[in-house]
Amino acid sequence: MALFRCGLKFRALSAALRNNVACMSSLPQPIKNPEIKYNKVFINNDFVDSQSGKTFPTINPATGEVICQVAEGDKKDVDLAVKAAQDAFRLGSPWRRMDASERGVLLNKLADLIERDRVYITSLETLDNGKPYHVAFNADLNLVIKCYRYYAGWADKIEGKTVPVAGDFFAYTRREPVGVCGQIIPWNFPLLMQAWKLGPALACGNVVVMKVAEQTPLTALYIAHLAREAGFPPGVINIIPGYGPTAGGAIASHMDVDKLAFTGSTEVGQIVAQAAAQSNLKRVTLELGGKSPNIVLADADMEQAVETSHFALYFNQGQCCCAGSRTFVEEKIYDEFVERSAERAKKRTVGNPFDLTNEQGPQVDQEQTDKIMSYIKSGKEQGAKLVAGGNKMGDKGYFIEPTVFADVKDEMKIAQEEIFGPVQTILKFKDMDELIERCHKTIYGLAAAVQTKDLEKALHLSNTLRAGTVWVNCFDVFDASMPFGGYKMSGNGRELGEYGLEAYSEVKSVVIKIPQKNS
Amino acid sequence: MEKTPKPVRDQKIVYTKILINNEFVDSVSGKTFPVINPTTGKKICDVSEGDKEDIDKAVAAAKEAFKLGSPWRRMDASQRGRLLYKLGDLMERDAEIIASLITLEMGKPFLQAYGETMWATGVLRFYAGLADKIGGKTIPIDGDLFAFTRHEPVGVCGQITPWNYPASMFTWKIGPALACGCTVVMKPAEQSPLSGLHLVALCQEVGIPPGVVNMVPGYGPTAGAALTNHPDVDKVAFTGSTEVGKIILQASGGTNIKRTSLELGGKSPCVIMDDADLDEAVQFAHDGVMVNAGQCCIAGSRTFVHEKIYDQFVAKSRELAEKRTLVTGDPFDPNTQHGPQVDEDQYKKVLELIESGKTDGAKVECGGAAVGGQGFFIKPTVFSGVTDNMRIAKEEIFGPVQQLFKFKTLDEVIERANATTYGLGAAIFTKNIDNAMTFTQGVRAGTVWVNLYDVIHPQAPFGGFKMSGLGRELGEYGIAAYQEVKSKELIVFLCYYPCGCRRYA
Repeated sequence: MALFRCGLKFRALSAALRNNVACMSSLPQPIKNPEIKYNKVFINNDFVDSQSGKTFPTINPATGEVICQVAEGDKKDVDLAVKAAQDAFRLGSPWRRMDASERGVLLNKLADLIERDRVYITSLETLDNGKPYHVAFNADLNLVIKCYRYYAGWADKIEGKTVPVAGDFFAYTRREPVGVCGQIIPWNFPLLMQAWKLGPALACGNVVVMKVAEQTPLTALYIAHLAREAGFPPGVINIIPGYGPTAGGAIASHMDVDKLAFTGSTEVGQIVAQAAAQSNLKRVTLELGGKSPNIVLADADMEQAVETSHFALYFNQGQCCCAGSRTFVEEKIYDEFVERSAERAKKRTVGNPFDLTNEQGPQVDQEQTDKIMSYIKSGKEQGAKLVAGGNKMGDKGYFIEPTVFADVKDEMKIAQEEIFGPVQTILKFKDMDELIERCHKTIYGLAAAVQTKDLEKALHLSNTLRAGTVWVNCFDVFDASMPFGGYKMSGNGRELGEYGLEAYSEVKSVVIKIPQKNS
Repeated sequence: MEKTPKPVRDQKIVYTKILINNEFVDSVSGKTFPVINPTTGKKICDVSEGDKEDIDKAVAAAKEAFKLGSPWRRMDASQRGRLLYKLGDLMERDAEIIASLITLEMGKPFLQAYGETMWATGVLRFYAGLADKIGGKTIPIDGDLFAFTRHEPVGVCGQITPWNYPASMFTWKIGPALACGCTVVMKPAEQSPLSGLHLVALCQEVGIPPGVVNMVPGYGPTAGAALTNHPDVDKVAFTGSTEVGKIILQASGGTNIKRTSLELGGKSPCVIMDDADLDEAVQFAHDGVMVNAGQCCIAGSRTFVHEKIYDQFVAKSRELAEKRTLVTGDPFDPNTQHGPQVDEDQYKKVLELIESGKTDGAKVECGGAAVGGQGFFIKPTVFSGVTDNMRIAKEEIFGPVQQLFKFKTLDEVIERANATTYGLGAAIFTKNIDNAMTFTQGVRAGTVWVNLYDVIHPQAPFGGFKMSGLGRELGEYGIAAYQEVKSKELIVFLCYYPCGCRRYA
């Protein structure tokens, strides 16, 4: 249970990452060469080749080498998956007839099986994504298991109401499943993003066609196998490995997909939203990018603020939609903060993610690495001061030095655009009003944070910043029960919590004429 | 593939003491009381008899476990949920043992006891899933204020459970209490402490911290009264007779204004319209009053039959009751449908009421007497020609006795159904939508069934109108009794917007 506590408590996690102490002694050893058991398209509880017979390689980002080939799904596979899902959703099917509480029991069973196979699954995630094994074990897997258990608990609590309408009527609402849910998930938290999508969808009784990121398909396919073992009927969960423009596009435009959930870049978010509207007006929720401000006030505990801000940016190799990627520091403490942040960045250990002493692994692929390096170049060119890092590391894999820029100005590209890498940008501010305006000068609105001891300032900033999540004296604290999502172009709708259920049910109103209404 | 559950007939009774702080201890007085097997009338074993001193110790332990900073108060809500879910798993693991204890101590046929136990695991799982989903709100009040509510656990809860569904009633009480983070002192019925003691041993096994769940077996007037009068008990939940419910409510008010919820008796009407599916209605009405030897608060103990189908209904009901008489006997036998009454007091009371039915002029269609021999067995009994003024029409019998009344119109029967101080359950059998809608709206009862009876599930609230109770158990509604709402308001941001406009919608 120490492992759960470790992953859960924010301070313990960042302390552990820094000191490699508390959690490590009880951490089970990783499987460095996990056997790849499932690498095909998953439809109707079967693993099958793609219709075209094509495959694509998935790469180990720590080495740049191919792990294995994976079946490449395209429109034909999506069509088959949607048909299977529709069939599993027909009136009278086992899934439609199942008690809601039993759906909850299945979700809990899935969580049990993930716990059983935790070491293998974590090792597979580390191999395919590159995130350090100890972080994946303590943070990712902890949140994944809790997410499934959280939504298991909701399954038989999705209620409508009886409503006192005018006239001689008995009226009530029912919350019914939306139907076939197309879900497109990214590569930065493969298992967790899958859990955030499957949890609420299945709790509400929907059926799913999921396209997993081409960079990281392996763990999702293993989870599909566990879902089958847990007892989910055939056709309820279907998984298509493949590429965005082909498989993803097919889902977004499909006339028989009732709802689309997409997590990824704002750019692609706009594309799928258009496809959804042009096809059959499928309901759409989006979790997109961010450029989240992390504000450090002069009265903050300096040591904690530096560490929190460091964690806010560098967690997951900087590959978080909600990364604290604009660090606004009050003028009074700016220089000291920059110096300490640079020092901290230089101490950050980078390397083989299976090595338990490393805090940071590789970026996910070549494309991301190139993009990050070009931002670093633009930072230098536009006049920001490089105080740490700035280079690639090693000649194998996609490692980048923890990089810090100071004296960053709002108009610079590195202050406006999402870098999605280990590049911290530190900006100076003087007064509150100016600060809030600058925080808002962005198309994004995913998250924000304030580091301060002052009660009034903390509440004022939390209650005024236009961001879906605001953290005070912490960062990246997630819980299955708290909604998460973006203002503005960071997204549409909320995931997690009770709010996360809304997108997965359709409200039906029923009005029955009765002989005489009495209150 | 479901296995056939097997009774554990001669089990060694392991748990017979008082549980405080996760330790089983003798009563302070050293006294014990006997637990009787109603099938034989003989003693099963002795159990520690708790009284005021034991209640004081248990309440002190529960109060300590509830202190700010305690492991229980610091525990994540989701983790409380995990513990409840695992308790459900252990209850399922030990279902045959627990069911056998139930059969032994209160006479319910084993397969029905097993069914009860397995059903009850669903209550634990329901509340397990709710633990991290119950919270307060942030509220847009007037003024430059940030306001929110916290839903805090109400504190130390005294819970008194009855003997008719010992395992199930345990879960109805412990589920919401632990989900909310309360601590508990339970007093199980003296007739049936063994199943409850096994269940608290499972609480210990699952890892619920010491002091969170405590159990003191004993009698109502002593242990029960000590609990309901204790100044450090914040809330009392009682399931039992209306008569005792009134005593408890007075005790709560007279001491520290304990929040009180009550699940009491009933005299529930079961209305059969002339368009009902006759055979189905006869079966549901029969089961509704005969199950558990009639020992259900929700028993359908007033069956109103439309005059058009009355004679047929009476004949078929008699037939069913006579069939039931044939499967009366050893409750461990899988063929037995009908067991004994729980003890001599109940047995005498039921027989007395049966006699009053005869005296008042109702016709005995079948049964109407004890079975005879050892144990407290009474023959399934059907009275026809019952009129509203008879004792058997008004008083809760809590035995296998069906009352059949005749009626003419829906409006008339709704009035007669409501002419009672009780209001726990009700049912209507009809195919007509207007009849169904009118009845469900008009009858004053906490649960109303249409074309069935006795369908109770963890998700839907259960409780009584009028003197059948106070508050609701089960479902999300069941949480309300275990929470205290705190409002908090804070003054914020006096100086940050120069325009003078301070509050932001």
